[in-house]
Amino acid sequence: MAHARNPFDPAPPRIGVRLVPWLSVMAGSMLTLWPYIATFPILPPCGLMMLLGWRLMRPEVFRIWAPLPLGLFDDLLSGQPLGSAMLTWTLCFFAIDMIDQRTVFRDFWQDWLLAGGSIGFCLLAGRYFASPFGAHVDTVLLLQAVISILLFPVAARICGWLDRRREGK
Amino acid sequence: MAPTRNRRPGFSRRAQYGLFLSYVIAVALALVAAVLLALSALDPPAFAALRATVAEATTPISSGMAGMGRWFASIPSGIGSYIGVRDENERLKKQIADEHALIMRARALSYDNRRLMALLRLRERIDNPVVAARLVSSSASSTRRTAMLNAGFWQGVREGQPVRGPDGLIGRILETGPNTARVLLLADPDSKVPVRRTRDGLSAIVAGRGDGLLEITADTASANFQPGDMFVTTGAGGIYAPGVPVARVVGLTHDGALARGFAQASSLDWALVQHAFMPQPAQGAPLP
Repeated sequence: MAHARNPFDPAPPRIGVRLVPWLSVMAGSMLTLWPYIATFPILPPCGLMMLLGWRLMRPEVFRIWAPLPLGLFDDLLSGQPLGSAMLTWTLCFFAIDMIDQRTVFRDFWQDWLLAGGSIGFCLLAGRYFASPFGAHVDTVLLLQAVISILLFPVAARICGWLDRRREGK
Repeated sequence: MAPTRNRRPGFSRRAQYGLFLSYVIAVALALVAAVLLALSALDPPAFAALRATVAEATTPISSGMAGMGRWFASIPSGIGSYIGVRDENERLKKQIADEHALIMRARALSYDNRRLMALLRLRERIDNPVVAARLVSSSASSTRRTAMLNAGFWQGVREGQPVRGPDGLIGRILETGPNTARVLLLADPDSKVPVRRTRDGLSAIVAGRGDGLLEITADTASANFQPGDMFVTTGAGGIYAPGVPVARVVGLTHDGALARGFAQASSLDWALVQHAFMPQPAQGAPLP
């Protein structure tokens, strides 16, 4: 959530520093360019995982509308119908924003739970947008979701590392 | 850490309106996204041009990485062949001597075959491939099964053309860009190919399941599928030329069979784009 800058606050970060979260999410989406012809959906939605990593760790780096352009970029690369990541990622942001207003206490386990729910929702919704109901993709989709949720701490660590570098510490 | 519970970003009206506006923008754009999604569900090729533009920029990246991968993969075999070159030379000489008689017989048969075909006035369709290119990346995180081909309409690739590999059918062209094309793989849930069994000519349909396997259904009750049955394209439907190997049965289901495609598409192999077997007449052409 954006806060107004107090006159006594430090200067806002440079543009390059502000672009780091955006570029890291786009890099996650671009992992699908890896030269491998997959026979079933095996790659986790890395763009979404990076986005959630940033959102849950540093809520102020992304505006509430940020998942729309990022989702558009992901849709153009992933082969999903255009609009599916745009819509589901934004709905995740709304949900996380609402949960943020209501929780008193927050630690990484809760972040992981939120991220797991979001990843599961996005994968499942994407499956119903992209493939007919009768397609036999549910088993592999479950596998993909479990792998993605288990790999979320890695994405969170990458975000944390980038955040440290970003702030020059 | 406890998150801030106060949505108000201070006393500044400007900041308050800015925050409110960002929520308005987000909701409006989410509605736009829902409309885009509905449009692409109703008309899948709607945003093909947009995707092709992005693919035009990203395919060289995949292609470069695939090239590097091939280069590294070729090192061990290069070393191995350098060491084994003497033995191989002797072996090949012996093989040539052994197969000489066989080749002479095959030449004679081929000549006979040509002569008999001419006698029967069978005109073989000459299928010059459109282009040979590599598949460079795929939709690895999506439930759709598509791959990017490193050639587009500047190379003569058109929508609907079949794509085959050295071992069998890979799929067909879904969308084209100037230098890239998206290929619908056989394993995609939307892919359907008319096939016939090699041993008795039983006609059937091969459909993708989405999990890497294919499903074969026949239109007769007494299909009697056996594991190991092989299926090739029929040419029905006008896209795929007849006789291209498609799939081999690996298991049975209650009303058909499970199969695995012959062509295991990988970025290391060439894919051959061919002309549609019987191209559809152009839209708007006068029908007799």
